[in-house]
Amino acid sequence: MVLQSSLKNCLQLSYVFRTPKAGFRNSTSGGLIIQSISNDVYQNLAVEDWIHDHMNLENQQVLFLWRNSPAVVIGRHQNPWQECNLRLLRQKNIKLARRRSGGGTVYHDLGNINLTFFTTRKKYERMENLKLVVKALKALRPQLDVHVTDRYDILLDRHYKISGTAAKLGRTTAYHHCTLLCNADKFVLSSVLKSPYKGLKSNATPSVPASVKNLFEEDPSLTCEMVLDAVAEEYATQHRIDHHITLINPADETVLPGINNKTKELQTWEWVYGKTPKFSVSTGFDMVYKDSVLDVKVDMDVKHGRIEVCNIDLPEQWLPPALCSELVKSLTGSKFCPNETTTLATMLLRVCPHDDELQSRWNLLCENLIMLM
Amino acid sequence: VCIHRVRSCSGIRFIKSKYVCVFDKSALKYSHQQRLFRTSAVSCGQIVQFKLSDIGEGITEVTVKEWYIKEGDSVSQFDSICEVQSDKASVTITSRYDGIIRKLHYNLDEIAYVGKPLVDIEIDASKGVAPEEDVVETPPMSHEEHTHQEIKGHKTLATPAVRRLAMENNIKLSEVVGTGKDNRILKEDILNYLAKQTGAILPPSPKAEIIPPLPKSETVPTDPKDKARKIPVPVSRPIVFSGKDKTEPITGFHKAMVKTMSAALKIPHFGYCDEIDLTQLVQLREELKPLAQVRGVKLSFMPFFIKAASLGLLQYPILNASLDESCQNVTYKASHNIGVAMDTEQGLIVPNVKNVQVCSVFEIASELNRLQSLGSAGQLGTNDLTGGTFTLSNIGTIGGTYAKPVILPPEVAIGALGKIQVLPRFNGKGEVFKAQIMNVSWSADHRIIDGATMARFSNLWKSYLENPALMLLDLK
Repeated sequence: MVLQSSLKNCLQLSYVFRTPKAGFRNSTSGGLIIQSISNDVYQNLAVEDWIHDHMNLENQQVLFLWRNSPAVVIGRHQNPWQECNLRLLRQKNIKLARRRSGGGTVYHDLGNINLTFFTTRKKYERMENLKLVVKALKALRPQLDVHVTDRYDILLDRHYKISGTAAKLGRTTAYHHCTLLCNADKFVLSSVLKSPYKGLKSNATPSVPASVKNLFEEDPSLTCEMVLDAVAEEYATQHRIDHHITLINPADETVLPGINNKTKELQTWEWVYGKTPKFSVSTGFDMVYKDSVLDVKVDMDVKHGRIEVCNIDLPEQWLPPALCSELVKSLTGSKFCPNETTTLATMLLRVCPHDDELQSRWNLLCENLIMLM
Repeated sequence: VCIHRVRSCSGIRFIKSKYVCVFDKSALKYSHQQRLFRTSAVSCGQIVQFKLSDIGEGITEVTVKEWYIKEGDSVSQFDSICEVQSDKASVTITSRYDGIIRKLHYNLDEIAYVGKPLVDIEIDASKGVAPEEDVVETPPMSHEEHTHQEIKGHKTLATPAVRRLAMENNIKLSEVVGTGKDNRILKEDILNYLAKQTGAILPPSPKAEIIPPLPKSETVPTDPKDKARKIPVPVSRPIVFSGKDKTEPITGFHKAMVKTMSAALKIPHFGYCDEIDLTQLVQLREELKPLAQVRGVKLSFMPFFIKAASLGLLQYPILNASLDESCQNVTYKASHNIGVAMDTEQGLIVPNVKNVQVCSVFEIASELNRLQSLGSAGQLGTNDLTGGTFTLSNIGTIGGTYAKPVILPPEVAIGALGKIQVLPRFNGKGEVFKAQIMNVSWSADHRIIDGATMARFSNLWKSYLENPALMLLDLK
């Protein structure tokens, strides 16, 4: 049929357009493998931003290897209150970061390795990258049962997730990054990634929970260094470059001008919490005060991480109504943040005539409210 | 045969969107004539529908997650328009044109389709002919993205946005050294050229644009005209400064500060200042510091100041009191809950050490450590921040000597401690010696506290600190 032959011809034409210089499919004229010397999640995410914004990837693709000290990383459009146990994070001093790529929430520690594949937007190909990783793992330990699913996960023994994927596409460049669980703390992982929240309504991207396993559990002789090296070697082979890993310091402004500003931006409250899509909280709690139990209902709308609308339903006259309305007025427009709410609440008490009784009631209410944040 | 192919290609385009990218690439060459015909019909203020370009991997629909612009905003080519998400990939969609946004076709969280209009942009006709949009994001070296400018018989590569910037500043592109690929002139090159000419402070660019690849291997050829221009000549060009005032509502923390400070200023303050010779205390602390360290506590000067204050309050309890709203009654507080002003990222917070009257200096130091680490982590609880009866503010750690502190209601007094300076002073024998001097500035509520009381309290507090052995006598 005329139609079919035209289709075939057009497809062949696209082949040529897609790989202009080389005659065959997966080769690029150059590649670069870099590894971060830092374990700070914000610095490493900033390196990704920097490469995405400043590097010309026409003639070379880049593989970036990095590891972080304990951190929870949420996707671009996710809700941290929904995705993890913020109180536990703060107690354990685990950092919270929001990356610029999509996808779900992951837990990083030094037993997890991160791989970022940078290409031009045209050469963005997640499946190929993941197949490269699987090939590297199999080269290292042929008996490993690892494969890539169509959801871009890598599964071990057909059942356990050892890698999750996310990607970011810009105007001319793109990157695909994935995790790889070698020897992470599964106990901490499962406890921090469980949100105690009830009554949260949001359109943020939800994470899909999965059973995870470390490569180390399958083969205790495997270390992160070995896996990193294996992936680098496979990348070098496929890109026909030297198996040479360049170390970079994410704090070095001379090599990466402007990087420290990027790092700072990733740490701001406005980015980490403020970029949460609009959500509403409709919940309540019981307060035990002296001999009675009080039922309190709270409704809040949060936009850009700030309380847009606030409603607190208390038993009548338990607190002076003037003080309560002052609290609601002050909360409106302020950050949905325990620190800010604590400061606000304690300052408000100063300007209101109070005795010890009122002070303890006030503190009880505020402590409970703060637990919601 | 050629024409036949075009027709069949464009026909199939709308049936199988999967093949869109393939067809368009081949159709590029052939539809060139069609395109020119269409664009010549563009008139002033033409509204162009900017369609969502191909994401790759055969994706046909995405969710709109964030808009970076709103209707009525003006955009430049390459400015970010919105963020869309598809299957774990977050994509930044950038504008193909300079113009004004006239319509957003989707709300947040709606599904947007590849190939369908995303926004309507009104293009300013004075910029010249706008390139016809494609469904496909074309590769950087394609015809649409670069407009060649023929000046003095030599082509200068620059994007329309860069050309506009040059034109607005009366710069000839031939005089600017391009540092981009193929000596393309970038926005940074124009700004650098401007800075050299006018010595103006450049506004930071809102978003990093195409910046030369790292490392730069190509040597940039210098125009002979540039060599002659090495010496900056004062120019009558207007200095370009696009900084703008920023107004934002006061919220949260600052709102609370406004309330507290407004209430505080209703209190009639009076001040009393003095200088304390801490020479002996400095020595004492040096001895005790390692002993406290062994017990796991960092010992600063504050525990001494706090304990001395509490001993003083035992003699002058009116300074640890509270005046009621109607100024009818004074409540003498039994507990000395001494607040310590802390500077955090948010601003000023004042946690207090409870019941200092029954605490040892070491216990106070230990409690201070706890409050300080919680404070810097932003994890202080309401209990630590309420119930204070008297406050000390160690502004000296940042700097300064004398201050005029503001009383924090419902308290009636506050002390601000300056920094410790080494100054020459005369001793009893009339000799000059090196003294460690710190200044203190007290403020008190003049409705219930008079100058004499404040002075006597200050003297007692001073005597404890100048001669720590005296504290031992009165220690409870």
